[in-house]
Parts: sequence; structure tokens; C-alpha cells
Amino acid sequence: MDEAPTPGLNIAVLVKHVPDAQFDRHLNGPRHTTERSESILSELDEYALEAALQLIEQHGGDAAGHRVTAVTMGPGPAVSAVKKALQMGAAEGVHLTDDALAGSDASATSRALAALISHLGPFDLILTGMASTDGETSLVPAQLAERLDLPQVTFAAALELEAAEPGWTLTARRDGDAYSETITCQLPALVSVTDQINEPRYPNFKGIMAAKKKPLRTLSLSDIGLAADEVGFAGSWTAVEAAEPRPPRSQGIVITDEGDAGLRLVDFLAGQKLL
Amino acid sequence: MPTVLVFLHDPGAVLAKNDRELLTLAGTLGDPVAAVAGDAGDPLLDGLGSYGVSTCYLPADPSVGKSLVAGKAAFLAEAVRASGASVVLLGNAYEAKEIAARAGVRLESGVITDVVAVADDLTATKSVFAGSYTSQCRVTTGIPILAVKPNSIEAAEAGQPATPETVRVEVPVPAAAAVITGRVDKPATGRPDLAEARVIVAGGRGVDGNFAPLEELADLLGGAVGASRAATDAGWIEHSAQIGQTGKTVSPQLYISAGISGAVQQKAGMQTSQVIVAINKDPDSPVFEIADFGVVGDLFTVLPQAAEEIRKRRA
Repeated sequence: MDEAPTPGLNIAVLVKHVPDAQFDRHLNGPRHTTERSESILSELDEYALEAALQLIEQHGGDAAGHRVTAVTMGPGPAVSAVKKALQMGAAEGVHLTDDALAGSDASATSRALAALISHLGPFDLILTGMASTDGETSLVPAQLAERLDLPQVTFAAALELEAAEPGWTLTARRDGDAYSETITCQLPALVSVTDQINEPRYPNFKGIMAAKKKPLRTLSLSDIGLAADEVGFAGSWTAVEAAEPRPPRSQGIVITDEGDAGLRLVDFLAGQKLL
Repeated sequence: MPTVLVFLHDPGAVLAKNDRELLTLAGTLGDPVAAVAGDAGDPLLDGLGSYGVSTCYLPADPSVGKSLVAGKAAFLAEAVRASGASVVLLGNAYEAKEIAARAGVRLESGVITDVVAVADDLTATKSVFAGSYTSQCRVTTGIPILAVKPNSIEAAEAGQPATPETVRVEVPVPAAAAVITGRVDKPATGRPDLAEARVIVAGGRGVDGNFAPLEELADLLGGAVGASRAATDAGWIEHSAQIGQTGKTVSPQLYISAGISGAVQQKAGMQTSQVIVAINKDPDSPVFEIADFGVVGDLFTVLPQAAEEIRKRRA
């Protein structure tokens, strides 16, 4: 090689193993935590991974020295979220797992992820989904950005990167209810993407076979310099005291239209004092 | 009485419905004060006064209100320190939750989102798994920061209105922040915001691109128009109208579902509605399992007939 290699983009994608929303979900774990059988890679994280893969493909791919690392934390089976990411095209996977992580709320999760990202990095870009499909709080990406002192662009519906001295400039489009915004920042940054940004690819046979040879590291809390009481139930700033399933909605009246259903609908609304 | 700070993350010229709900809740928990992320004119200050707000905190540099999350979070943290507040209430919109998240780290305080009720001892009732569970949560470290869902509280003004004192606080500008470089306004529909609407008429695949009968009924009922993912993916209506697992979660007084099968993805966004009405051609649609009133029929005849009948009764 005659030329010095251009420093590649180093992208981390945060992925989460969540209960499949197609089935009933329960808070039956210890201290009202989520039961994680029937779990999958959070659908919303697939968009983040696809966005990462498209960004590096647009700028020369692996050959240009760009690299996508899929990162997760959670109990043993959570590694399957990383494996799926490797099958889709991430180059490397990292699984932070430790018994002490159980029960982490958003603040403890973001503390653990911040330590993990700092340990693995530096990264130019951290990509996440718009929310997890289980906790649904959307707190973790914002807290991670605050802890790492990074600019935060959330709910990106379109994303572009431009190589500009001295680094990379990111431009995103964000669609609100009343307006659509264009947002820019310099990398490094943390970006969350919506389900409108792309159509995630399916792993093909080649990808599935290649994934088996890709590096997948497992780290524990001590590897990233965190003590057990900084995460999990002990390191959390909130606690769940009780949880119960909402009583199922009882089925009401169902009529078949015989030409007067609109009138009967209005009668129903009037009876409920909704007119 | 504890000081309860209500954070207006996206202030308008006057109080929004969700702001009034938050201020009402604040009044039940202690002495309300407000922090406004931007400028506050007299109409807004008068509004705050009518809910018993004694002090309104404003950023010394109002441009912080135009920044993305980081600047507003820094302002919230400073306003909490300046006011000595022991509880923070704010909305549950995405930006509000992110501001809560970052301010929580700055204040080393726990954040609870999707709150539907707050007890006197600050135990928060929260909706989980898109409304299929309810949990009771507490903030165990720091000043509780609670993001409260719209329509959770009935707004009521305080007895003795007062004009709030305004206090400007200096905000340390975050070193690294993203900036908004362009903004395109979408055409105003004149309809209420989906998250706050008391009535929602939502359409799905069965609408087949024609939302006109839904809009007509929504306008008669003062409601908003929503959609399933199938309808937004088809491009029949903009994505911000999507209700469901990956869209908005709503709990209006009345939800009228038209031409939506009601699969898990959609149900997740609307099952906490008070009354659900469903119209669908397919009698086996899952939506009928949760509907209070269901019509097996054609939405293109049922909805216009209902609209006509409402007009007749009101005449």
C-alpha cells in the first residue's frame, strides 16, 4: 500500500433483545421486570442497523475501512440480537452481560452503555432505534448522549453523511406533526432513526454463513470498569413497586349493517353522551 | 407544600391543553411554578397565573428554546436548581421525554415516562406495553421527573389567579449540540393534535386512499384523523397520523376505527381509548374483540349516514 489508509467511519449500533410484540407480553420477572421468552431483535433497531450499513456502503464500504459494530447488553439469550445484526451485515458484535445488570432502569442502562461505548470506542457515530418496543420510554439514547457529551439527533427519517474537513458532517431530516426539520451536526454524534428511514434487509444465506466467522466478544462489568452496584436494581434511580395486566376490554355489541347502521351508530354515541 | 415545577418544553403564545393538565396536577401536589423554554408573553403568563403559578423561570437567552434537546435540558436543570423544586412535571411527547432524560442525568434524578396519575406520595401510575399493563413506580434517587400523558387529568383553574413573577436563569450552553438549519411547515389541518384529541376517527387499508368520509365525521365531532400503518405505508395520509406500536399511542374519549383490521400493531396504539367504535367489512376482524360498538359493513355508507344523522339531530 502506497497511500496511508483514510481513517474509516467507526459506527456502533445499539440493538436490544425484546419480547415479540406479536404475543402477549408480561412483567412476571423478579421485581416486576419483563419476561423475556419469545424474544427477538427489536424491530425498531433493524432500521438503525440498516441505516448504518447504507451509510458505509455509500462511502466505500468495508474496503474504505468503515466498520459497523452491533452492541447489546442483557442476559445470555440477548446475544441473539447481535447475531441477527451480524447476519444482516455488521462486522463485529459485542455483548455486555452480567448478572448485576438485571433490573437496570434507563439511568442504569445508559450508565452501563456509556461505559461500554467508551471502552470500545472511539466511535464516530452511535445509531439507535427510536425506542425499544418493550420499555418504550425513549430515554436511553438521550441519556447516553448526555453521559458521553455528544450532540443528539433523534427520530431521523433521512440521514446523510458528508466527508468535510476536519471530519464528517451529518444531515438529518426529522418529520414532526406540524413541520419537517433539517438538522446538522459534526461527528461524533448519537442518532436515533425512525421506521420511515429505510426498509431493513433480510439476512441472506451468504450473510448467515459469514456471520458465524465474525468476531463476537462477550464482556462483563469488570471488563468495562463498572462496579455491580452502579447498575441493575442498585444503580437505578427508579423502582417498580407493583404491576398488573390491564383488565381485558370486554366485547361490546357488534351489528351487521342492514341499511341503518349509521343511525344506530349515532344512537350509540348519543347514549354514551359522546355527541 | 413542596414546589412543583411544570416545564413547558415547546411553549405557544397561550397555554396548550396538555400544559393546563400538567399545571392542574401540579396544584394538587404542591405549589406550582413554571419554566418556559423560550419566551413568555403576557397571554401565556396570565394563563400560568390562572393556574396558581407564582414564579415563571425563563432562560436568560431565549434562543435556547430553538435548540435541540441538549439546550432545553440544560435550562430545565438550571430552573430546578433556581426554584428549589422537589418535583418536575412535563409532557410525554418525544422531545419532552428526551429533555427529561438528559435533565435527569444532569440532576442525578430518576425519570418516569408515560405517567397517567401521580399520588400525593409521588407514586406514579404508568402505562406499560402500550397500555396492556399498568405499573406503580417511584423515583428513588433525586428529584422525581415525571412525563405525564395527555388526557390523564381534567384541567381546572386555581381559585385565586395571580400574575407570576418572572425570573431569568443563565444556561450554560452545551458544547456539542446539533442545530436546526431548515424548517418546512406542513399545511395546518385545523384539527386537534392526535395525542390530545378527545375524538379520533382512524382509517386503515379499507379506506383505500379516500379519507374524505373520515374527515367529515372527525370535523363534525371536533376530532382528529388518524391511520393504521397500512394506510400511512400506502402513502394515503402522512406518517405523523400513524397510531400503533411504531406510531402514536392515544387514549381519547372516543376512537372510531374504520377499515382497520385491528392487528397487534394497531391495537397497541389505541386500546386505552375510553370508547371504541369499529366499522369493518370483515366480521372476523380482531378489532371487534375490543370494540364497544362494532358495525360489520361498508365504511363508505355507514360513516356518511352517521354524519348526516348527526347534522340532522343538531339542526
